[in-house]
Amino acid sequence: MATSGLNLLEVERLKKYFPVRGGVFLRPVAHVHAVDDISFAIRPGETLGLVGESGCGKTTVGRCVARLYDPTAGAIRFDGTDLAGVRGAALRRLRRHIQMVFQDPFESLNPRHTVGTMLEEPFKIHRIGTAVERRQSVQSLLDRVGLSANAADRFPHEFSGGQRQRIGIARAIALNPRMIICDEPVSALDVSIQSQILNLLLDLQRESGFTCLFIAHDLAVVRHVSDRIAVMYLGKIVEITDADTIYATPLHPYTRALISAIPIADPAAKRQKQVLPGDVPSPSAPPPGCRFHTRCPHAAGICKTVEPALIPAPFSPAPDHRVACHRAEELMKKK
Amino acid sequence: MNAGTLLTVENLSVSFETEAGRVRAVDRLSFEVRHGEVLGLVGESGCGKSVTALSIMRLLPKPSGRIDSGRILFGGRDLAALPPEAMRSIRGRRIAMIFQEPMTALNPVHTIGRQLGEVYGLHHPEMDRPAVTAASLAMLKKVGIPDPAQRMGQYPHQISGGMRQRVMIAIALACGPDLLIADEPTTALDVTIQAQILELITTMQQQNDMSVMLITHDLGVIAETCQRVCVMYAGTLVENANVATLFDRPAHPYTRGLLDSIVRLGNRRKTKLPTIAGMVPSLAELPPGCRFQNRCPRVMDICRNVAPSLVAVGPEHMASCHAVEKELP
Repeated sequence: MATSGLNLLEVERLKKYFPVRGGVFLRPVAHVHAVDDISFAIRPGETLGLVGESGCGKTTVGRCVARLYDPTAGAIRFDGTDLAGVRGAALRRLRRHIQMVFQDPFESLNPRHTVGTMLEEPFKIHRIGTAVERRQSVQSLLDRVGLSANAADRFPHEFSGGQRQRIGIARAIALNPRMIICDEPVSALDVSIQSQILNLLLDLQRESGFTCLFIAHDLAVVRHVSDRIAVMYLGKIVEITDADTIYATPLHPYTRALISAIPIADPAAKRQKQVLPGDVPSPSAPPPGCRFHTRCPHAAGICKTVEPALIPAPFSPAPDHRVACHRAEELMKKK
Repeated sequence: MNAGTLLTVENLSVSFETEAGRVRAVDRLSFEVRHGEVLGLVGESGCGKSVTALSIMRLLPKPSGRIDSGRILFGGRDLAALPPEAMRSIRGRRIAMIFQEPMTALNPVHTIGRQLGEVYGLHHPEMDRPAVTAASLAMLKKVGIPDPAQRMGQYPHQISGGMRQRVMIAIALACGPDLLIADEPTTALDVTIQAQILELITTMQQQNDMSVMLITHDLGVIAETCQRVCVMYAGTLVENANVATLFDRPAHPYTRGLLDSIVRLGNRRKTKLPTIAGMVPSLAELPPGCRFQNRCPRVMDICRNVAPSLVAVGPEHMASCHAVEKELP
C-alpha cells in the first residue's frame, strides 16, 4: 500500500478479532474475525466510503480508527502518528481531530443533558474559550446545522430523529476536527430527512474541508457523498476505487451483486436482477480461500483454496482500482 | 367496487390513547386490494401504514388502539365489526401477515417445526401429526429453506435473519391465504437478502394466485414489486395510482417531493439533493386542514382550513390535494 506523506489517514493491515467466550471459565472458544487484514488511505479533504452488508466489519473499522476499540493487529496512522501508541493527554489532543457521527440519533445523545450542555462539553474538555465564548460557539454551531437558537435549552427527547442527528453533527464539528467518521448517519432517518442531512454534511465539508470516512450499507447514499469507495465483505476489502467507477465498472462479483440487488425507484427500468443465493457465512468461521466463494456465481477451483489479494487492476478504465478476485480480469472481458 | 376486488377499506379511522390524549393515527382511509395483485402501501414514519395493516388483522393493541369508524369489507363481511371467534378463523387462514422483525415475531422458545405446525393445528384440526409434519416440510421447501428436516428442530436464534423471514413466510402461507400483508418484510435485512425475499414473495404470489399488500418506505421496492400503490402521509391517503403512473406523473406534492429526494445510484455525485423542507407534524398537534400544509411548496389558503378529499386526476389515479384539484378541467 502506498505510504505517502500526502495521506491524512493510513490504515495498514488492520485486524480486529473479538473473542467468543464459552465454557465455565469463559475462555475464548472462537474468534469473530470482524476486520481481517485491511489497508487503505485517505487524503486530506477526501471522503472515503466504506460499504458492505451486516458482518462485513465496516463499523468495526470506524471504531478502530476512532480509537473506540484497540486493534488486534496492524497500524492506524493519523497525520503520520500511529494511534496505537498514543495515550493520555496526547490521545485527548488527537481526539479533537477525529470525531464521529453515530447511526442512532436516539441513543448517541445523553438524554439528561440539554443540547447546550452537550455542545459546550468539547470546549470545556479541551479548555477552549471562556464561558461566554463557549455559549456563543454553541449558538454558532446550532446555526450552522440549521437548528434554532432555543434548541440549546432543550433536551434530546424534544427533537425528531433528523434534528437529533443535526445535534450529533454539531457536536462532531464543534472543534473543527480534521477528520469525521460517519457511521450510518442517515440509515435510521426517513427518506425525506436523509437528503436534508446529506446536504448538511456536504455543505459542512465544503466549508471546513474535513476529511471523511463515510460508513453505510446503502451504496447509493455512499456514492453520493464519497470520492472513493471500498466495498467490504466478511472482514475484507474486496474492491476499492473511485465512486464513479465502482458503479460504472464494478469488477468484483460481490460488488456487482450488491449493485444489482438495490431496488431502483423506476418501474420502467427493466433489468436482469442477479440474486445471490444463501446467507453470509459467520465471521467466526470464514470460508477458506476467497470468503465470497460460497455465494459467488463464478467460483472456480482456485477460489475455494487460495485467498485472493487486493491488487491493482490495470485492465480497469480507472487509474487506481484494486480488486480481490482471481477471475476479475477474465470476468470483465467476458461482459 | 368491481368484481376483481378482494378487500375494501372504507373510510377507516383508527385512534390511540396516548399521554397527549386520543390521537388519530389513520383518518378516513379508503382503498381496495384486488385479486391477484401486489398493492404497495408506502409512506414514512408515522404515516399509519402499519396501523392500517394491524387494523385489517384486528391486531391493534388493546385497549389503547381502537377502530373509530369505517368498514373493512372482505368476503362479504365487515372485518371491523366481526366478533373475535369469527376473526380468528380469518386471521392466518384467509388473511395472513408477516412482519419486519422475524426475531421478535417468531417465538424464541419454540422450534420452527412447532411454530409451523401450530398453524395447521389451528385451522386444520382434522390433520393428524404425520400429515402436519409432511405439510410443514413441504412448506419449508417451498419457501427455499435448504435442509428443511434439520430446520424443523431448530430454534429461531439458530438461523439467519433471511432464513427467519422465510420461516415467517412459510407460516403465513401454510393455509393458502387469499391475502398476504407484508409489513416492511425486508427493511431489517441486507440488500442482497432483501432481493431473495422479494423474489420469494413475488413467486409465491404468482404461484398461489394470492394478493399481497406490501408495506414499505422504500420506493425502489415499490417500483420493482407492486402493480398499484397507495401513498400515505400522517395518517391519510394522499395518492393512489398504478405504479407506472405514480412514478411517471406523480400528482401530490408529497409524492413528488419524496420521489425527488431519493438518492439514486445514477445521479451526479456531491450535488445538492432536493428535499422536503420541515418534518412530519406530531399526530397530537395537527393543524386544521391539510396535514401536509407546513411542508408543501404549493400550499394555498384553503389548505390551512379545509382537509382535501380524494379526487380522480386520471384513469386509475387519485390524489388528495387542493392545488391538484384546482387544476382539473
